[in-house]
Amino acid sequence: MFDKSFWDKFDERRKKWHETADQMPQKTRPKFFTISGDDVDILYGPDSYDASKSLENIGLPGEFPYTRGVHHTMYRGRMWTMRLFSGMGTPRQTNQRYKYLLKEGQNGLSVAFDLPTLMGYDSDHERSKGEIGKCGVAVDSLVDMETIFDGIDLGKISTSMTINAPASILLAMYIAVGEKQGVPSEKLTGTLQNDILKEYIAQKEWIFPPEPSIRLITDLMAFCSDHVPKWNTISISGYHIREAGATAAQELAFTLADGFTYVESAIAAGQDVDVFAPRLSHFFNAHQDFFEEIAKYRAARRIWAKRMRYKYKAKNEKSWLLRFHTQTAGCSLTAQQPENNLMRTAFEALSGVLGGTQSLHTNSMDETLALPSDKAALLALRTQQIIMNETGVVNTIDPLAGSYFIESLTDKIEADAEAYFDEIDKRGGVLRCIEEGYLQREIAKSAYNYQREIERKERIIVGVNDYVMEEDIDIPTLRIDEAEANEQLATLKKVREDRDNDKVARTLDDLTACAKGDGNTLKAILDCVRVYATEGEIVDALRPVFGEYTEPPMF
Amino acid sequence: MSEKIRVLLAKPGLDGHDRGIKIIAAAFRDAGFEVIYTGLRQTPEQIVNAAIQEDVNVVGVSILSGAHMTLFPAILDLLKEKGGGDILLFGGGIIPNEDMKTLEKMGVSKLFTPGAVTTEIIDWLKGAVASGKKDEKIL
Repeated sequence: MFDKSFWDKFDERRKKWHETADQMPQKTRPKFFTISGDDVDILYGPDSYDASKSLENIGLPGEFPYTRGVHHTMYRGRMWTMRLFSGMGTPRQTNQRYKYLLKEGQNGLSVAFDLPTLMGYDSDHERSKGEIGKCGVAVDSLVDMETIFDGIDLGKISTSMTINAPASILLAMYIAVGEKQGVPSEKLTGTLQNDILKEYIAQKEWIFPPEPSIRLITDLMAFCSDHVPKWNTISISGYHIREAGATAAQELAFTLADGFTYVESAIAAGQDVDVFAPRLSHFFNAHQDFFEEIAKYRAARRIWAKRMRYKYKAKNEKSWLLRFHTQTAGCSLTAQQPENNLMRTAFEALSGVLGGTQSLHTNSMDETLALPSDKAALLALRTQQIIMNETGVVNTIDPLAGSYFIESLTDKIEADAEAYFDEIDKRGGVLRCIEEGYLQREIAKSAYNYQREIERKERIIVGVNDYVMEEDIDIPTLRIDEAEANEQLATLKKVREDRDNDKVARTLDDLTACAKGDGNTLKAILDCVRVYATEGEIVDALRPVFGEYTEPPMF
Repeated sequence: MSEKIRVLLAKPGLDGHDRGIKIIAAAFRDAGFEVIYTGLRQTPEQIVNAAIQEDVNVVGVSILSGAHMTLFPAILDLLKEKGGGDILLFGGGIIPNEDMKTLEKMGVSKLFTPGAVTTEIIDWLKGAVASGKKDEKIL
């Protein structure tokens, strides 16, 4: 790209420049480093990345290796989906929130379930006490899903469901709601998180051990290939890994390593990579280090495309695409001066957009205190609408490409991720690494380092370790009370009374038999939910066959 | 204080968010406390039994799921019931101001929210344990 005389001149100028710059004080911060702890140089230049490989490494949007984006036209052709993760209290309340957000311009749904639902317990289980509807909506049976989507046409909206261990059950319920609305499963669009590996690594909402969990996932992938072809079967998630304390490179590496594990499992189960791979999607965190995050998304696309093409021999171009959802970093929000979280979220969201995200969730300012209020959720949505309509960043694709710093960071994060892939392989793969706690320890180490940097004031968090104010935090927050729990318990009681309990028992027995054999578990679960078997009953039918997972405490 | 402060750290309920408690565990260890971490999904009974068995000065509990108004009172009641009334209970999590006040009135010694720094928690804990011991002597 540049000839020798250019580099000679460049080196000379650069040397001289340093002679001057290095004499000048650089003391505005104790350290100049990324949020992941990597040193950042004072200046990047044409020597910071290999521009002669631009065509292969950076290329063009919509073309391999997709560093610049997965579509030819990006936001000129189609905006990202504004998808706020929401759910609280009862299905009725959640349905109202959805209708409110849709009315205000949201164009996709994203369901947050409560902890009993995430863990496979019915609301009337002993362990559900105090947790019903608290961090999401409570779902026990098909009745609840009918209520959540009441008046919302599943043929017209795409829905993302953050559900992992019991993902098959919730997808089955969604399919059954579609049937009731007259929408065939072939027309349903949406995404299941269904990423159990990151549960063992970071989010910790598991039920069964890894092996049967992977079977549930591969069964689901096979079922969807045949019957729900537009559904994204797994959202391979880095979000929770990052929230647990990982660095940007760890988030990227561990997430993609999980993704490769699913790909390998499905191939081992006899599935055609070009049938299932186009339905895999990804989910990343948008943390606060603006440039590092943008580089992370660009590196993610490049790594995934290369692996899918060269290692897993996918031939369908759609199998090479890393499409992703982004959520701003919950862990970056502070309980102190909570309104400041609005600004944090806006910058994070902007990095997701500049990184080419396909959909976006913006956190609400009050989420360190409670579930979002209507007002806080609306401001979060408006943040996206302002980026989309007022800032001008959607006009051109991947506007930061060719920036010395961004390209250099993209290369560096890719190299860091590759080093982790080697280490994970050396240790026997992701499952082995989870078993021996390697990934969990790496994340906990990073989390502790970050915390110590804050405490040594190497990092300043406004309102936390500087610019502190005496304040009585008093912003209106959403309350979920006993009344909601009681309403949910009453609904569940009525379901158990009204349904045909013989049919329920029969379908549950069939499911247990299916789990013992090698039938498709999702198909059997669908039969259970159609006759209003509850989530807890379905999990109980599987537990004796699959067993339960526990984690030894470590820190 | 010559004796080491003994702390039991626990995650009650169904919540799996353990970043905070692991940081606290590591920071307490580095501050010279004896730390016992129970791991995830402990019932109030399990936590209180472990606290009494391990003869700890303090129990620290982390709840980010919103179940704090059920779980903290349950742990407090069981501590009293099982003869651990002198054990301090503190905690952290996503807890609205109003609930924080109610829980501290009920007898939870102190609650911290996201953004709290470990040195602040360690200083508070040393002070609280020291003053608890003084009270015993006066009595």
